[in-house]
Amino acid sequence: MNEMIKVGMADSNVCVSPNAITTLGLGSCVGIVLYDPVRKIAGMVHVMLPDSTKIINNSNKAKFADTGIDLLISQMLAIGADRRNLVAKIAGGAQMFAFGANSDMMRIGDRNVEATKSKLKQLGISLKAEDTGANYGRTIEFYPDNGMLLIKSVGKEKKMI
Amino acid sequence: MVSQIDLNQIDNMQYDVLKEIGNIGAGNATTALSQMINSKIDMKVPKVDLLEFKELSDIVGGAENIVVGILFTLEGQIDGMMMFMMDMGAARHLVNLLLGGAYGSDSGEFSEMERSALNEIGNIIAGAYLSSLSSLTNLLITSSIPYMAIDMSGAILSVPAIEFGKIGDKALLIETEFGDADNAVNGFFILIPTIDSYKAILSSLGL
Repeated sequence: MNEMIKVGMADSNVCVSPNAITTLGLGSCVGIVLYDPVRKIAGMVHVMLPDSTKIINNSNKAKFADTGIDLLISQMLAIGADRRNLVAKIAGGAQMFAFGANSDMMRIGDRNVEATKSKLKQLGISLKAEDTGANYGRTIEFYPDNGMLLIKSVGKEKKMI
Repeated sequence: MVSQIDLNQIDNMQYDVLKEIGNIGAGNATTALSQMINSKIDMKVPKVDLLEFKELSDIVGGAENIVVGILFTLEGQIDGMMMFMMDMGAARHLVNLLLGGAYGSDSGEFSEMERSALNEIGNIIAGAYLSSLSSLTNLLITSSIPYMAIDMSGAILSVPAIEFGKIGDKALLIETEFGDADNAVNGFFILIPTIDSYKAILSSLGL
């Protein structure tokens, strides 16, 4: 029986094929999947905020895009992934409520996505696919067996990226 | 002396005060709702939970449960946000009570008129909650227009969770269940002051 490993908000975990890994109900948060296609090892982190250096209380590394990715890489290397093989897929970063234009909260989803991309770029990890932005929530499931990310949203067709 | 607030190390006195705020606010909101739909609504004793983000989505029936969330941003002497959340059954029930079952759409989704009614329900409930908080603390609070989203509860809760995430690793949730004799209507009130506003609230009450 293959297992579906769950990742909560501000949480991270790793998984090896044939198991799969999921996070439920992504809103403005971003779900980041890193994947070693050779060893079929995947990791997922559900980050809430773009930048740990802007927040005083930053002990939970999985909460931030910058430290979350670092944490995930170290967790994956610990179970045998090869750093040079890693590629990424990301989803989330929606704007759930139509706040006014001058609201700081309005762009949090976008900022999470931007921070994620710039961290991946800085680490030289290639972003293979993304389903980000818009105004709806997403549940994502990643299958290390074939490297596909399944995206489910309310009232929308399932999507594979 | 200004109270220091760290949600991870909140003391009993601060906890009790926040609980009482939830109690008074939700009590007033329930009364307002009861008057609006002209039907007796009972409120249960509010629960104040300090939850880890991981646990947050398990309330309101899991992260993928579809809910209506109505959110207000707060300004004035208390900054932050306030959210009113209910499941689809509760929202449908309230809308039917208010509009008498008219204006429904065939698809089962909420029509424009029904969405507008839900926003108004949110407005009145939040107004009652906030005005009681304002008179209790003697602090000025102005609230935005209602912003509504109908989606997975985890996705909707991510918005207040992110605000909590800026100050700590837990979210303070004031949960009130209310219902009439026939149908249980479950709702949650979530008040999310900024860290400075927590201090302002506690200072105003002499803590």
